[in-house]
Amino acid sequence: MPNPTATTLPDARGRFGAYGGAFVPETLVGALRELAQAYDDARRDPAFQRELDRTLADFVGRPTPLCFAPRLTELAASRSKTGGAAQIWLKREDLCHTGAHKINNTMGQALLAKRMGRTRIIAETGAGQHGVASATAASRMGLSCDVYMGSEDARRQRLNVVRMRLMGARVIEVDSGSRTLKDATNEAMRDWMGSSDTTLYIIGSVVGPHPFPMIVRDFQSVIGREAREQCLREWNALPDCVVACVGGGSNAAGIFHPFAQDEGVALVGVEAGGRSTNAGDHAAPLAFGSPGVLHGSMSYVLQDEHGQTADVHSCSAGLDYPGVGPEHAYWKDAGRVRYTHVGDDAALDAFVAMSETEGIIPALETSHALAHAIDLAATMQPDQRVLVNLSGRGDKDVDEAARLLEARQKPAQ
Amino acid sequence: MTRIDDAFTDVRAARAAGRAPSRGVLAPFVVAGRPSLAALPDMLVAMERAGAGIVEIGIPFSDPIADGPVIAGAMHKALLDGVTPHTALEAIGAARDRVKMGLVAMVSVSIVQRLGAAAFCRECAAAGLDGVIFPDAPLEEAPRFTEPAREAGLDAVLLVAPSSPPERAAEIASMCSGFVYMLARAGLTGEREGAPDAAALRERVHAARAASGLPVACGFGISRPEHVRAILRQADADAAIVGSALVRRIEDGIGRGEDGAHAASAFVAELAAGLD
Ligand SMILES: Cc1ncc(COP(=O)(O)O)c(C=O)c1O
Repeated sequence: MPNPTATTLPDARGRFGAYGGAFVPETLVGALRELAQAYDDARRDPAFQRELDRTLADFVGRPTPLCFAPRLTELAASRSKTGGAAQIWLKREDLCHTGAHKINNTMGQALLAKRMGRTRIIAETGAGQHGVASATAASRMGLSCDVYMGSEDARRQRLNVVRMRLMGARVIEVDSGSRTLKDATNEAMRDWMGSSDTTLYIIGSVVGPHPFPMIVRDFQSVIGREAREQCLREWNALPDCVVACVGGGSNAAGIFHPFAQDEGVALVGVEAGGRSTNAGDHAAPLAFGSPGVLHGSMSYVLQDEHGQTADVHSCSAGLDYPGVGPEHAYWKDAGRVRYTHVGDDAALDAFVAMSETEGIIPALETSHALAHAIDLAATMQPDQRVLVNLSGRGDKDVDEAARLLEARQKPAQ
Repeated sequence: MTRIDDAFTDVRAARAAGRAPSRGVLAPFVVAGRPSLAALPDMLVAMERAGAGIVEIGIPFSDPIADGPVIAGAMHKALLDGVTPHTALEAIGAARDRVKMGLVAMVSVSIVQRLGAAAFCRECAAAGLDGVIFPDAPLEEAPRFTEPAREAGLDAVLLVAPSSPPERAAEIASMCSGFVYMLARAGLTGEREGAPDAAALRERVHAARAASGLPVACGFGISRPEHVRAILRQADADAAIVGSALVRRIEDGIGRGEDGAHAASAFVAELAAGLD
C-alpha cells in the first residue's frame, strides 16, 4: 500500500505542499537543474544503484543493526509511574563508517559527482560529521574536497577537523556571522556559485534549494527501509513510535520517510531546546519559528521580525542551525510527525545515561532524541516499542561534554 | 513616465532611431546604513551630482549568499548598527525629495517574505522608491514578488545570469519592468581586475532588450571606468552597475572617519568618465 505522500513529493518545482522550492540567485539555477537531471538519471540506472548498494555494504558497513537497549529501558521504567516502560530499540547509525548517518548521503552524492564528471566536492559542516563523511567519500573516490566550518564549531569539534585534514580535505574556517553551521552554509553556497562547472556541493542535510532536500532524504532513507524490515523480521510488527533528533533533519527524514505511510507508527522529531525558550537560546525552528526563506527554501525558520536570521544556540554543533528541511515543515503542518524539543541539560543527562547503561557513547545531537525517548517510553506500556535513530557516536563530543559536565559541578555564581 | 524611464530617455530615443546611445546610464550600488542612515541623503545628492542616473540601495541582510566579502561585510556592519528594512526605507524617504534620479531597493526575498510582499512593496512605494530588485527570486518563484511590486506602482527587476539558457533569459527579461539586470559574470559580487567579456555579453544584451523592450543594465565585477565603457560600448548595454568597488571605497572612507558622501561622489565621478 504505497502512500502517495511518501512517493510523490516533492512536486516538479521541489514543493512539499507550501514548502521547499528553490529561492536562489539565478546563477545557481543551472547547476541545480543539472543536478536534478543527473539525479533523476542515476535513480533510474540499476548500475548506479548497484554501485551505491555495494559501497554502502562494503565500505560504510550497512546494514546497521537494530539493537535492544535493555538497561536504558529499565531506566525509563524506573522513572515511570507504573514501573513499566516501552522497550527502547536503537537503529545503530553510530556503527556506520566514520560514526554517523551522514556518510549514507555523502557516498551517494559523491558517486553522483563522479557520474556528473565533477572532480571536486565542497561541503558545510557543523558537528564535523558531515565534513568527515564528505572527506571520506572524496578520499575513497579520488575527488578533491573543501569543507567550510564555522570557527566556533571548529573549536568545539577539533577532533573532526583533524580527521578531515588527515583524509586530505581542506578545512576552511568561517569567521563571519555566528561562526557556526549557517555561516558555513553561506560560504559553501558562495563557493558553488562560482565553481559549479567543476564542483558538486554536497549539502549535509535535507535543507537548501530543490533538489537537495529530496536527494538527501532519498539517500538517507536507507535507514528507515532497513529499520522497517528489521522490525518486521525481529518482532513481526512495526514500532509504536520512532524518535529522531532534528538539526536540518536528515537522520529524521531518513528514518521517518519509509514509515510515513504506516498510520500506526507515531513519528517524533526532537529539536534542540538549548538553554531556554527565549529567542537566541535554542535551535528549534519547528517549535518556535515560522515559515520563511533561508538558504534557498521555504520552511520553518528562526528569523527576527525583519527577516534577519536569528541567533541560535545548542550544546550540540550539529543541531545549531536556524532552519529545518521543508519536508519536516510539511509533516508538521500535516500532523504526520510530532515535533518537540529537549534542552542542553536534558541532552547531557541522556548522554551520560546512555553511556552508563548501554556502553554506547552517543553524539550530543543523538542525546536529544534519547532524552525524549526515555521520557516517552516511561509513559508507554512494556509491550510497546520505541525505535530511536542512534544517528551518531559521541567520540567527537567527549571534550565538550567533559567541559559542560565540569561546569555543572561548579556552583553557580 | 517613471524616474527610471527618465534615466533612460536619451538611451531610448537613440535606440528608437537605430543609433547607439551617446551616453549610457551609471547605476551605483550602496548599502543602506553605511556609514549611517543619516548620511544617506547627502550621499545620494553627491552621487547624483557626480553622474549617477539610478542608485541601487541594498537592504542589509544577515545571509547574502550572492555577495562577496565587501558587500556582505558592509551589510553585517549595518546590521550591527541596528539598521532594519523599516529604518532604511525611512532614510530613503527622507532623501527622496532631494534627488531626481531613480532609486531602487535591492532586497533578499527572505526579508520580503517575512514582512509580506504586499506590505513591503507598499512601504517601498511610500518611501518614494521607484523599483525593487529581487536578486534571489528565480523565474519560478518570481510572481509572488513581482506582482505585489507592480500593484504598488513599482518596477520589479529580476536577474539574468550568464548561465541562463536563451529561452529562460528571454522569459526572465520579459517579467521585468523598468530595466533588466544582466549579470556581467558568473559568481558573486566583487571587484575583478580584468574587464568582463563584453563581446560575449553583447548578444545576450541584445536578446534581453528584444525580449523585454526594456533597457538592460549589466553588473557584477564592474569596477573601473574602463569596465563601464566596455559594458556600454562593446556589450552595448544601456546601464552599468557598480557595487563592490564603490562599497569598498565608502568603507575605506569610513575607516578614515569620513561620512561616505565624499568617497562615493569622487568614485562615481571617476566612473562617469567611462560613460562617454
Ligand atoms: C550524529 C548526528 N546526528 C544528527 C545530526 C543533525 O543533522 P540532521 O538533522 O540532518 O540529521 C548531526 C549533524 O551533524 C550529527 O552529526
